Amino acid sequence: MSALPPATRPRPGGRLTARVSRAGAGFVTPFLIAFALVFIAPLAYSLYLSLFRNQLVGGTQFVGLDNYAAVFVDPKFWDGALRVMLFLAVQVPIMLAIALVAALAIDSGRLHGRRLFRIGLFLPYAVPGVVAAMMWGFMYSDRIGLTGSLNDLAGFDLLAPYAKHWLLVSIGNIVTWEFVGYNMLILYSALKNVPTETYEAAAIDGADQFRIVRHIKLPAVRGALVIATVFSIIGSFQLFNEPQILKGLVPNLISTSYTPNIYAYTLSFQGNQVSYAATVAIVMGVITAGIAYLVQLRGMRRDS
Amino acid sequence: MALTLTRSSSRLRGSSAYSYSRPRRSITLTVLLGFLLIYSVLPLTWLLFGITKDQPDLISSFGLWFGEDFSLFDNLAEVFTYDGGIFTRWFLNTIVYVVVGAGGATLLATAGGYGLAKFRFRGRNAVFAVVLGAIAVPGTALAVPTFLLFSQLGLTNTMWAIILPSLVSPFGLYLMWVFAAEAVPTELLEAARVDGASELRTFFTISLRLLVPGIVTVALFAIVATWNNYFLPLIMLNDPNLFPLTLGLYRWLADASGVGAQPVFHLVITGAFLTIVPIVITFLVLQRYWQSGLSAGSVKQ
Repeated sequence: MSALPPATRPRPGGRLTARVSRAGAGFVTPFLIAFALVFIAPLAYSLYLSLFRNQLVGGTQFVGLDNYAAVFVDPKFWDGALRVMLFLAVQVPIMLAIALVAALAIDSGRLHGRRLFRIGLFLPYAVPGVVAAMMWGFMYSDRIGLTGSLNDLAGFDLLAPYAKHWLLVSIGNIVTWEFVGYNMLILYSALKNVPTETYEAAAIDGADQFRIVRHIKLPAVRGALVIATVFSIIGSFQLFNEPQILKGLVPNLISTSYTPNIYAYTLSFQGNQVSYAATVAIVMGVITAGIAYLVQLRGMRRDS
Repeated sequence: MALTLTRSSSRLRGSSAYSYSRPRRSITLTVLLGFLLIYSVLPLTWLLFGITKDQPDLISSFGLWFGEDFSLFDNLAEVFTYDGGIFTRWFLNTIVYVVVGAGGATLLATAGGYGLAKFRFRGRNAVFAVVLGAIAVPGTALAVPTFLLFSQLGLTNTMWAIILPSLVSPFGLYLMWVFAAEAVPTELLEAARVDGASELRTFFTISLRLLVPGIVTVALFAIVATWNNYFLPLIMLNDPNLFPLTLGLYRWLADASGVGAQPVFHLVITGAFLTIVPIVITFLVLQRYWQSGLSAGSVKQ
C-alpha cells in the first residue's frame, strides 16, 4: 500500500499546534458521527443479531454460530451465490473488454465525432438502474417490446429473453448497458494521464499504433482496470435491482433465492427471519470483500 | 484499496490529449464504435417513441416508430393527475432526498476530506484505514442491517430512513481527501495562521474556493446515487407519500403487471422519461467535471 496523501506537518511545540490539530479533528468529526450511525452501528447490530434465532414458538434464542453453519449448507444460499459468481465470471470480462476497446478508440483520436461518442456512451450511467431495467424489461417483452417485432420478422422465436436459460444473459445485458460507459470513463481518464512525451519518444523510436497500445497504453490502464474490476465484482455480488424489476414485469420469473441479496431481502421481509437474513448479508459481505481484496492484491503485484 | 485512483483522479485540471501528431481519422473505427453508440442509445430511443403512445398503441405498434395517435401530451397530463397526482409528490420527495441527502453527503465529505488532507491529529491513520475498508463494503449488504437497526429506533417509514444513510459517502470522502491535498497549498494555510485567522475562517474564505471543482464532482456522484436510489427506499418505506420516483414507478409497474391489474404501461414509460430528464440534464451541464478525470464512484446500487 502506498503512502497516505500528504498532510500539513505542524512545527513542533506551542499552543498553535494543539489548536490546529483540534481544528483538524473538528473538520472530520461530523463525517465520523454519521459514519458510526449508518456504517458501524448497523454492522455491529447485525453481527449481534446473527447470533440468535427467530422462532415462531419459543421466541428469539441465542444460538452462537449456528446460523453461519446453516448458511454454508443452505442450498438456497448457494443457488444464488453460484449464480452471481457465474454472472461475474462472464459479464464482467465482457463489459470491461468493451469498455477498454471504447476507451482506446476514443483516446486514439482516430474517431470522427469523439465528443459525441464520449457523451453518448456515458449517458446510460445517468439513467437510474430501475428505469434501465424497466426499459429493457419492456423491450424484452413479446407484447410491447422489440422482441416480438424481431421474432415476427424472423418468422420464428429468434430471441426469448425471458426463457429460463436466457434470463441471466438478459440481466447481464442490462447491467452491461448501464456500466460500460462508466468503466470506459475510468479507463479513459487513466489513458489521458500518460505524459505526451512518452508518445513522442515512442513515435521517434518508430513504434506503430499496435505497439504503442501494447507497451504504453495497456500498462498505463492496469491500475484503473483493477479498480474497475473491483467495483464490478462488488456490483455483481449485490445484484438485486435488475432481477427484482423484471420480477415486477413478469411474475413468477425470478425465484426468491435468485441472488443472495434477493434471498436476504425475502428472508427479512417475507420470512420474518431477521437473524438469518443478517447472517446471509454478513457472509455475502465477507465473500465479496475477500474476492475484491484478492483481485486487488493480484492486480497490484503484477505492477512491481 | 483504491489507492491507484490517486493519479487518475487528482488531475482534475486535466492533462490535455496528446498532440505529438494529429492521427488520421478512421472511418472503420468510427463505424465499429458506432454500433456501440447505437446500443447505448437504443433503449432511450425506444423510450422517446414510447412516451408518444397510448396503451393500445404501445402493444400494436413497432417500438422504434410512432403509433397511430400522438399521445405525448395526454400521457404527460395523465402522469401528473393519476392516483390523485401522487407523481408530483414523488418528484418533490426525490428533490428533498437529493438536496438534503446528497447535499449533506457533499458537506460532510468536503469538511472531512479537507481535515484529513491538511491537518495532523491523533487517529488520522485509523480513519484512513476504516474509510478505505468501508469502500469495499457492499452498499446493499449494509441495507438489510441498516433496516433492522432503524426499525429498532423507529426510523423506518420516515424520510430520515432515506436521508441518514445517504449522508455518508466513504468514496466521496476519499476523493475529497486526494483532491484537497493537491488543491490547497499548505503554505497558504500557514500564512493565514500567522495572520491569526481561525481555521474555520480560513476554510470559508480561502480553502473553499480552491476546492470547488472537487466539491462539484463529489456532489455530482452523490446526486446520482441519491436520485437513483431504489433498494433502500424499497426496504425502508411503506407509505407511498414518502416514495421517491424510482420506487413510485416500480409501484405503478407492479400494479400494472399483477393479477387483475390496470394496465398503465404508458404511465410507467412517461414517468420513467420524466425521472431521467433532470439527471441527464445535470450531467450534460456539468460535463466538464465528470469528463476531466474524477470518474469513479461508489454508485452501483
